[in-house]
Amino acid sequence: MAEAMKLEELRFGTELLKRGFASMQKGGVIMDVVNADQARTAEEAGAVAVMALERVPADIRKYGGVARMADPARVREIIDAVSIPVMAKVRIGHFVEAQVLETLGVDMIDESEVLTPADEQYHIDKTKFTVPFVCGARDLGEALRRIDEGAAMIRTKGEAGTGNVVEAVRHMRNIMGEIRNLQGKSSQELVDRARAIQAPAALVAECAKLGRLPVVNFSAGGIATPSDAALMMQLGADGVFVGSGIFLSGDPQKMARAIVEAVHHFNDPKVIAEASRNLGEPMKGLDIHLLKENEVLQTRGR
Amino acid sequence: MGVRIGILAFQGDVSEHIAAFRGALHTGKLEGEVFAVRTPEDVRECDALAFPGGESTTIQRMMEKTGIRSRLMDFSGGIFATCAGMVLIARRVEDDARIQPLDLMDITVRRNAFGRQRESFEADLQIRGLDSPYHAVFIRAPLVTAAGTGTEVLSTMDQHIVAVRDGLHMAFAFHPELTPDPRLHLLFLQGLV
Repeated sequence: MAEAMKLEELRFGTELLKRGFASMQKGGVIMDVVNADQARTAEEAGAVAVMALERVPADIRKYGGVARMADPARVREIIDAVSIPVMAKVRIGHFVEAQVLETLGVDMIDESEVLTPADEQYHIDKTKFTVPFVCGARDLGEALRRIDEGAAMIRTKGEAGTGNVVEAVRHMRNIMGEIRNLQGKSSQELVDRARAIQAPAALVAECAKLGRLPVVNFSAGGIATPSDAALMMQLGADGVFVGSGIFLSGDPQKMARAIVEAVHHFNDPKVIAEASRNLGEPMKGLDIHLLKENEVLQTRGR
Repeated sequence: MGVRIGILAFQGDVSEHIAAFRGALHTGKLEGEVFAVRTPEDVRECDALAFPGGESTTIQRMMEKTGIRSRLMDFSGGIFATCAGMVLIARRVEDDARIQPLDLMDITVRRNAFGRQRESFEADLQIRGLDSPYHAVFIRAPLVTAAGTGTEVLSTMDQHIVAVRDGLHMAFAFHPELTPDPRLHLLFLQGLV
């Protein structure tokens, strides 16, 4: 029979483990929650993970001020409530908040523009951590810069807390379109393109070869209905984050289940129609064009 | 026509499983096709089924919604299950009422047995049937805490069971679909033909 393994022969926190974790989330819905009850509702509805937060993005907008990492007590309460992975957000560049979340046992850290940035020059060096990171991006250059810093997963940014899917669509189309445009280019042309979008040439070449990002790519920022979620899946997302759209809707439990259903059957309008019946009021939502410049979250972190 | 391998495609690393089986068929010069399984009708087309990694609570919910559960419980072909898949095909899940497993294999499993993501690891394992170590990737992995008398233990770690076989069925706590080594897939396919 096999010999016993020694602990020192194990390897932790590798790129493969980080990206592998993200792969296990594919085809799933990751839901923002602010307490243990919401986390349990999300798990029962079929969420693949929950995002532990102090406030959902729409409430962050309303509340104003500096938005920071959630209280560790709150994160711990959510970790103890569910068996699915728990993610949590840190401010862009705030590597100490990330160290704290890693210590708490958070499974993936979201370096997020939804919180107030702590560093306007640098993102976190994510290679220094054992736990994987997910980062937001609006275009291919931004996505590849984050991957180069060690992000194991990308989410298109959209515009969080608006309940308006228009920016999520724009960013997903951007990235998918830019990757399609790489197909058939010579290696010299790819290097040229890499310079233009300020991304590492090796990662640009990898995208051209794979026909997709080298890591899992979810959609986020404005998904408020089952149809929104299925729309993002049909546009090529590997899964979706839903922030304010669930727990600020009229019937969170029903909405959570319906969005999970729509993501799993994103190509089947009959199932989406059935899941969308009588969900009550979705979150109210905001017109992107009425946001003032300082209210736009997606421009934080480049 | 060869062997027909269906990958249960509700959630998780489905595309990795499809690629790994296609690669193994190619390497082993075996005839066969690999496709995604989403409905009870799809199950009928399969000689073997793969249960991928992912979140077992999510996959379970989808199995119930689609009515595929009873069809899976009656499935008589080969089964290749990894991580969350191993949890779902078990007879019993320890201390966790969230999962009602399918009882396709006489094993008892413990979910997230090694801890959280920061405790996920890679290790070289000795596996019965392979003549050199296999590089295994464990991600929030489960463990087999008890195996029935008919169940062959293929690999252990610190006395914990991490790979098992029973007839046409094989289950792994780790993810053979995430590494380029096709030997475990080939071992499974050779058992089928």
